[in-house]
Amino acid sequence: MVGKIFAVVVVLITLATAYCVMAHVWWMPVDISVHGPKIDHQIEETILVAGLLFVAGQLVLASFAFVYGGATSKPKQIPGGAKPLVIFAFVLVGAEILALSFIGSKAWGAVYFEAPDPGSMRIDVQAGQFAYYFRYPGPDGKFGPLHPDLINEGTQNYFGIDTDHDQDAKDDIVTAELAIPVNKPILLTLHSKDVGHSFYVRELRVQQDFVPGLNIPIHFTATQTGRFEIVCTQLCGLGHYNMKAYLSVLSPADFDDWLKKQAAAQ
Amino acid sequence: MKTQFRIAVLTLSLLLVAGLFVRSAPTVGASATGQIVGTAKLEGQAPHQKPIDMSKDPACAQLSGGATVTSENVVVGPNGGLANVVVYISQGLTGNEAAISSQPATFDQKGCKYVPHVVALNVGQHMTVLNSDKTAHNIHPQPSPTGGNAQWNKSQTVGGGPIDVAWTNVEVAIPVKCNIHPWMRGYIAVVKGPFGLSNDTGAFKLDNVPPGTYTLTAWQETYGTQAQNVTVAAGKPATTDFTYKAK
Repeated sequence: MVGKIFAVVVVLITLATAYCVMAHVWWMPVDISVHGPKIDHQIEETILVAGLLFVAGQLVLASFAFVYGGATSKPKQIPGGAKPLVIFAFVLVGAEILALSFIGSKAWGAVYFEAPDPGSMRIDVQAGQFAYYFRYPGPDGKFGPLHPDLINEGTQNYFGIDTDHDQDAKDDIVTAELAIPVNKPILLTLHSKDVGHSFYVRELRVQQDFVPGLNIPIHFTATQTGRFEIVCTQLCGLGHYNMKAYLSVLSPADFDDWLKKQAAAQ
Repeated sequence: MKTQFRIAVLTLSLLLVAGLFVRSAPTVGASATGQIVGTAKLEGQAPHQKPIDMSKDPACAQLSGGATVTSENVVVGPNGGLANVVVYISQGLTGNEAAISSQPATFDQKGCKYVPHVVALNVGQHMTVLNSDKTAHNIHPQPSPTGGNAQWNKSQTVGGGPIDVAWTNVEVAIPVKCNIHPWMRGYIAVVKGPFGLSNDTGAFKLDNVPPGTYTLTAWQETYGTQAQNVTVAAGKPATTDFTYKAK
């Protein structure tokens, strides 16, 4: 009796889970990037393949529990023998993992191996415990060199730029919010001034670690205006929970206004 | 028995006299000690103080109520008065200064900035760190590694109780940062003897200075230190002004 109840509960849980996934209850937030559909397609595919195996596995478990759960005489052998079953499972799971990696590498490659658009807007990102700061090159289109020894949070010099001596740094604009124009290719360069951090915007389908000592490029194009959260998803210390910033995707006119205001506040 | 009685009477009368002395000390002190007054000024254009964008923590942005909060590296009032200058006696102390205040200095975190931006206190004097914000802070004073004061780093949650701390060595000044809100910066100046802190008009005052000749030092976080000699006579304020030149 217990076996039969267990089997029914397992089937119910399996069906409820399958429904939630297929009906997109608790699904990913809306995608606002050009490359996002590839990532979403890959996630759908992964969930489909893993989901089919999950449902099959649970049904097999339930049917075994249903048939043998209360039996006094257990079967002495797995029907068909254990060896072919193990080989079958091994080949099936192996093929699945290979297929996912192969298809997935295309989605990944589309993000990482495609060169950024040559007309991309370049923005520097400085991550540090526990905030992000962003740097725009200003009217000259050039970033001033970085001097880590000049980093001083007390004077809000989060990047270590020398506006007294470096000509290119004089018009650099440093902000606490990442604003970008919609439909414009963006090329971020990620720097960390202390430990490992991460740049994650769910709606952009972008998640990239910061590694101290490396300048890591990441490029994307946002297709919708709005304000989105940038969060750190790499445990970086005591204040990790509070490490975030906002991404504002603006119309080109709004963006120009915003940048002018930021330039005036420097 | 008789001796014990005499000792008791003597102790009691000594205590009485001591008590009278302590009670009347302020009036005695006022006539026997001097005062140093003065103004700290900035000559030239004060550097631009960049507005602080607190959007990372909505609780902070909300608290400023839409008002623009800026850095406070150089705070200049009317007529070039320079605020947040710590003035203290760096040489000439004889050890007969007034005892350190039993009143703790207060260092509050309000609107995601330190209030006051610079706090001055004596070695051994207590300091109370408060959090008036609806967000957690992390108080991280960074004394010089060789200065003898211990570095520490404590979190203070919303509604968290006050933190009590005292400093063991003279140090002007200890920078304080918040590990959660990187723009937050304050300073703790730990000194011996009388000290003053300039207000928004640049005026400062050192009370209860015993008569004598001293080296008076002024410290400002961006422009550094300046020193002057000053002679203090009882009952009459000595005037000393400090002028910093904008870089």
